[in-house]
Amino acid sequence: MLNVNTIKNGLVIDHIRAGSGWEIYQWLGLDKAPFTSCLIQNVASEKSGKKDIIKIDNIINIDYSVLGFIDPSICVNVIENEKIVRKINMELPSRVQGVFKCKNPRCITQTEHYVKPTFILTDKSKGVYRCEYCDTLYLAGSERR
Amino acid sequence: MLTGRHLIQPDDLTVSEIEEICSLAEQIIVDPKSFQDVCRGKILATLFFEPSTRTRLSFEAAMLRLGGSVEGFSDADNTSSVKGETLADTIRVVSSYADVIAMRNPKEGAALLASKYSACPIINAGDGGHFHPTQTLTDLVTIRQLLGGLENHTVGFCGDLKFGRTVHSLAEALRHFKGNRFIFISPKELTVPDYLITNILEPAGVKYDIVESLDEVIDQLDILYMTRVQKERFFNEQDYIRLKDSYILDSERMKNARKNMIVLHPLPRVNEITPEVDDDPRAAYFKQVKYGMYARMALIAKLTGAID
Repeated sequence: MLNVNTIKNGLVIDHIRAGSGWEIYQWLGLDKAPFTSCLIQNVASEKSGKKDIIKIDNIINIDYSVLGFIDPSICVNVIENEKIVRKINMELPSRVQGVFKCKNPRCITQTEHYVKPTFILTDKSKGVYRCEYCDTLYLAGSERR
Repeated sequence: MLTGRHLIQPDDLTVSEIEEICSLAEQIIVDPKSFQDVCRGKILATLFFEPSTRTRLSFEAAMLRLGGSVEGFSDADNTSSVKGETLADTIRVVSSYADVIAMRNPKEGAALLASKYSACPIINAGDGGHFHPTQTLTDLVTIRQLLGGLENHTVGFCGDLKFGRTVHSLAEALRHFKGNRFIFISPKELTVPDYLITNILEPAGVKYDIVESLDEVIDQLDILYMTRVQKERFFNEQDYIRLKDSYILDSERMKNARKNMIVLHPLPRVNEITPEVDDDPRAAYFKQVKYGMYARMALIAKLTGAID
């Protein structure tokens, strides 16, 4: 069993889909951050079999709407004085902008690089987004960026 | 009120606005002289970043018949875009000169992007394999003229339904009118895109079928909408060669069709309708061309505010 020290004040990003942790770790800039953080991969999970967890020994600002799009199953625990004081569940944002590029090679955003690719939630129950420009569909939490 | 608006996709128009444009087109068909000066002093810019003689000429003829003037280009090679100018800048500049812009661009979403930077109405004259709303207005005017209305039709779309933007746009528009049923006829490789089914047709409760054989369904159709399998939409030449002759309409097949069915095609045709079908009274694709000009006249008159 792997032991990781308890956090005094910080965040635990839990229930990350196994395999996505490194991507989120990088997106949050933790690989370059001056404070302590760790990524634990392939933790046993009752809900999903396996999951990734990120622990951050600092309270940082996170754009939860983007995190919700990357992986809507995530739960963020806010830790103060070594205790969980708040749990934040992700919600699918109505729009996601500038997080990833449209994969359609015919999309105008592929050649007009000043345009921020924008994705609009079109089916909340299925987590389906569409590219604002070319209508290519994406599923929240499952697309490579 | 359509003055100053953009037309990027069929959904930009409400059902009553579509009917308003179709009705104006029908008034122009009956009495073109009354409209020959309504756009005098106005300029249409035709920005065609990929070749399309037919659509460009249709737009230009429409503006000239309304008494307006035209400027533009028909080949991106002769424009600043080859020097690296962004689409946004091209549109900012041209919309300073023109009262309305008709634009064709091979990239999907180009017209929507242009509309964000334009000081005048943008008409999407085709953005890649995405939307072509004025072809849709053409088709709607044609259907109204030849079948008397836009409701209760069984429409067969045949050929390249994956990249065929005219099909996507017409299906989107016709879903608003009650009693229409769609039959999508294509090889599996060229079937309709998912977004059209899941985002547009299913939420509207439209009845549809997806089949691979034209012969199986031709006797059920009120409208047969044929499309060309376009080489420029393929990445792989082998796939194009394998699929290009998949669905060809000839006199033999027409024998099984209803007597009052109409055959539409956005043109240009290659070999998907044999020339012998042209003499069949049900072949309506050349009438469709003329109705297209009237549809564009009505649209230009509305968007420029020449007619309220």
